[in-house]
Amino acid sequence: MEIIRGRSWKYGDNVNTDVIFPGKYTYTVSEPTDMPAHALEDLDPNFARGVKPGDIIVAGKNWGCGSSREQAVTCLKEGGLGAIIAESFARIYYRNCLNAALPVLICPEAVQAIHDGEQIEIDLDKGEIRTNKGIYTFNPLPEVVREIFDAGGLIAHTKKRLEALD
Amino acid sequence: MGQTFAEKVLARPSGKRQVKPGDIVEISPQIALSHDNTAAIVGIFQRMGGKKVFNPQMHAIFLDHAAPAPTTKHAENHRIIRDFVCEQGIPHFFDVGRGICHQVLVEEGLALPGEIVLGSDSHTPHAGVMGAFGAGIGRSEMASIWAVGTLWLRVPESLKITVTGKMPAWVTPKDLALKIIGDLGADGALYLSVEWHGNVIADMSLSERATLTNMAAEMGAKNSYVSPDDKTLAYLSNRARHDFEPVLPDSDASYLQVLEIDAGSLEPMIACPHTVDNVKPLSEVAGTKVDQAFLGTCTNGRLEDLASAAEILSGRKLSPGTRMIVIPASSEIFQEALRKGYVEDFLNAGALVESPGCGPCMGNHLGVPAPGEVTISTANRNFQGRMGTKESEIYLANPAVTAASAVAGKITHPNSLD
Repeated sequence: MEIIRGRSWKYGDNVNTDVIFPGKYTYTVSEPTDMPAHALEDLDPNFARGVKPGDIIVAGKNWGCGSSREQAVTCLKEGGLGAIIAESFARIYYRNCLNAALPVLICPEAVQAIHDGEQIEIDLDKGEIRTNKGIYTFNPLPEVVREIFDAGGLIAHTKKRLEALD
Repeated sequence: MGQTFAEKVLARPSGKRQVKPGDIVEISPQIALSHDNTAAIVGIFQRMGGKKVFNPQMHAIFLDHAAPAPTTKHAENHRIIRDFVCEQGIPHFFDVGRGICHQVLVEEGLALPGEIVLGSDSHTPHAGVMGAFGAGIGRSEMASIWAVGTLWLRVPESLKITVTGKMPAWVTPKDLALKIIGDLGADGALYLSVEWHGNVIADMSLSERATLTNMAAEMGAKNSYVSPDDKTLAYLSNRARHDFEPVLPDSDASYLQVLEIDAGSLEPMIACPHTVDNVKPLSEVAGTKVDQAFLGTCTNGRLEDLASAAEILSGRKLSPGTRMIVIPASSEIFQEALRKGYVEDFLNAGALVESPGCGPCMGNHLGVPAPGEVTISTANRNFQGRMGTKESEIYLANPAVTAASAVAGKITHPNSLD
């Protein structure tokens, strides 16, 4: 798997899905390609303008709390975000990321070490986050989840399962 | 060693005798709940190559989030869902006006003790009020369940909350939930199965318990559960859609965390802008001016909630310049509120009553605030922008406090009204 490389966008604790992708758009903005324009709209207006492929969000505790809306993942994935590193994730958000094949890493030590705007690198196979302050390691994904991830996400994974049933 | 509710309920359908926290199980839920987001799920289902759903009986589909449709776009969304329901022969479909998914699932006897409800909505833990395992999932996961009938779940650790003593006057389950969320934080029960125990829970009505299982989502819980008892069984006696087998935790089960609360120490609480865990006693925020009061939602839109507000509003008028919106959580509740005269109390006081559904809770319609305005609400979330504009503030409170605040035009304890 490729190395993820990009600048860090650092945020705090309990960032909720309403500020990641506002609820008022959930039934009006339905094309994935239209979603990145509203990413983090109510938290950091600079993000949608400045994010580049491979960039990495670095967050505190409970990133993605609130609603189950997948657009809060899609708006980041479609915008090219490479990964999210957090101290912890809200559980539905975490599942939504894995199902979208967006790498999510729980690593409080790395979060503490990384500064906003710093260039960082993630090696998924080795389980390493490389920062200015040093290298931090994270636990690999459980096998059943890795299978979904490797298929390119849950949609592709289920598609394969359905084809196998035919 | 005994087992928690989550360990038992997830072992059964996974075909294992026993499972432990951290295990991954593949299970098939009895109920797969979705709402207005069903249209988007249909799109994902088709991208997966899905043609016929795995089991039409498993679905429970509700139109509640923007119901009736406020715009052509929303109406088109509803049309796609109705067509899909018809084409797939899905029997459990509840169209606009029936009410909010979590409440209606209970009323329709589809949330049953010992069963598993997975919903593409974060407040699915609500179903635990009936002793079910209810957990929220994403849209793609829902589409995958439609296609293949199963989903992976991690067996959660459990948090046991025991509430004993006696609740003081004006203190409700909403205040208890807010107090705990304020103390533990928005991630205080992250990934956990929350079990509610103690004499105070046993003494509560099902409606009161539902406020607790519903609000557990705001502490990050995976699911939330109250042991089914005589009240649960009596309620289900003429509602349950099929036979069921309750699952009860063992008394010697092992919990990751145990929390003991003396109900006598509680007071009315308010969640202040812009997070649900920014909780303060009512006394600290009393006097804050409000432009709008909102009574409703899956958290506090049931008959007892309406009764408590009607008692405050009866014979009183709203403060000039303050609006109040009332939305019964379901058509069944609406009819009962009409019979009992609560709707008349609301209208006489100057409040407006709207058709059952989620209403302005997530900013869709039926009374969203203007920039700069303050809303006091019985809902479960007060995130910035939740009700439409990020330049407004939302305070969360119990129904009596919400009604009293509409009468006073500012956040007010019901016992301080004239």
